[in-house]
Amino acid sequence: MDWKPGLEHYLTVSFLLFGLGLLGVVARRNLLVMYMSLELMLNAANLALVAFSRFRGEMHGQLLVFFVITVAAAEVAVGLALLVALYRQRRTAHVEDVSLLRL
Amino acid sequence: MTLPDVLFYVFALLALGSGGLVVWNPFSRNPVYSALFLAVTILALSGLFVLLHAYFVAAVQVLVYAGAVMVLFLFVLMLLDLREEARRRLRWAGLLTGGAAAAGVTALLLGALWRARPGGELPAAEMEGTVRLLGRLLFTQYLLPLEIMGVLLLAAMVGVIVISKRDLP
Repeated sequence: MDWKPGLEHYLTVSFLLFGLGLLGVVARRNLLVMYMSLELMLNAANLALVAFSRFRGEMHGQLLVFFVITVAAAEVAVGLALLVALYRQRRTAHVEDVSLLRL
Repeated sequence: MTLPDVLFYVFALLALGSGGLVVWNPFSRNPVYSALFLAVTILALSGLFVLLHAYFVAAVQVLVYAGAVMVLFLFVLMLLDLREEARRRLRWAGLLTGGAAAAGVTALLLGALWRARPGGELPAAEMEGTVRLLGRLLFTQYLLPLEIMGVLLLAAMVGVIVISKRDLP
């Protein structure tokens, strides 16, 4: 085991963070916490991209991170607007209470 | 171990610990605490970006995530009634199967990493003029994606305004 942080260490942190985000999306039922877990997963992917960019010595990974951040900001804005609209109609922010389309 | 190596472990533990508290806080199920721990995670990740010499990405991370996105989250959190969340009963079956699925995916990823062993050698030379290089790439090779991003942001803004109007059609 090498204690000096290399690419594997950064990727390990990224994967663990991705797993945490996935756990939050799957296990929690509050829509806001699910959005936050989604942000965790996006951030984990960003960490992996920046780590690859650094250890390969080129900038393309960092540029992709910028695009990911932009898309994440747009997604959060639209998602939270949908959440507010849902709360106005139904007075709830839980996925279990929004099952009209479920078979 | 030098100082950056120690800082890597500090930031990594901070990011993972507060990331875990976003998902599962044993003391309170109030989403406000999740949002605050998400801010801590984002700051720790920007510290990791600094350690990876991606200074501009770290600055953008703090500005966009810790600034804009977190404010948006907290704003919406304050609009909603949160006391109801603590009264909800947990569903252990869903929690267990979800945890098993997430652990399986993580184990798969870590197993792939363990077998591949990328073994990254640190590039000796510092990348010169990071921001200048980024800007040049962004406006030459990545010009079309940049324009598409602009259109996407405009569409998102118009969509948000239409959705959050009071009289939803």
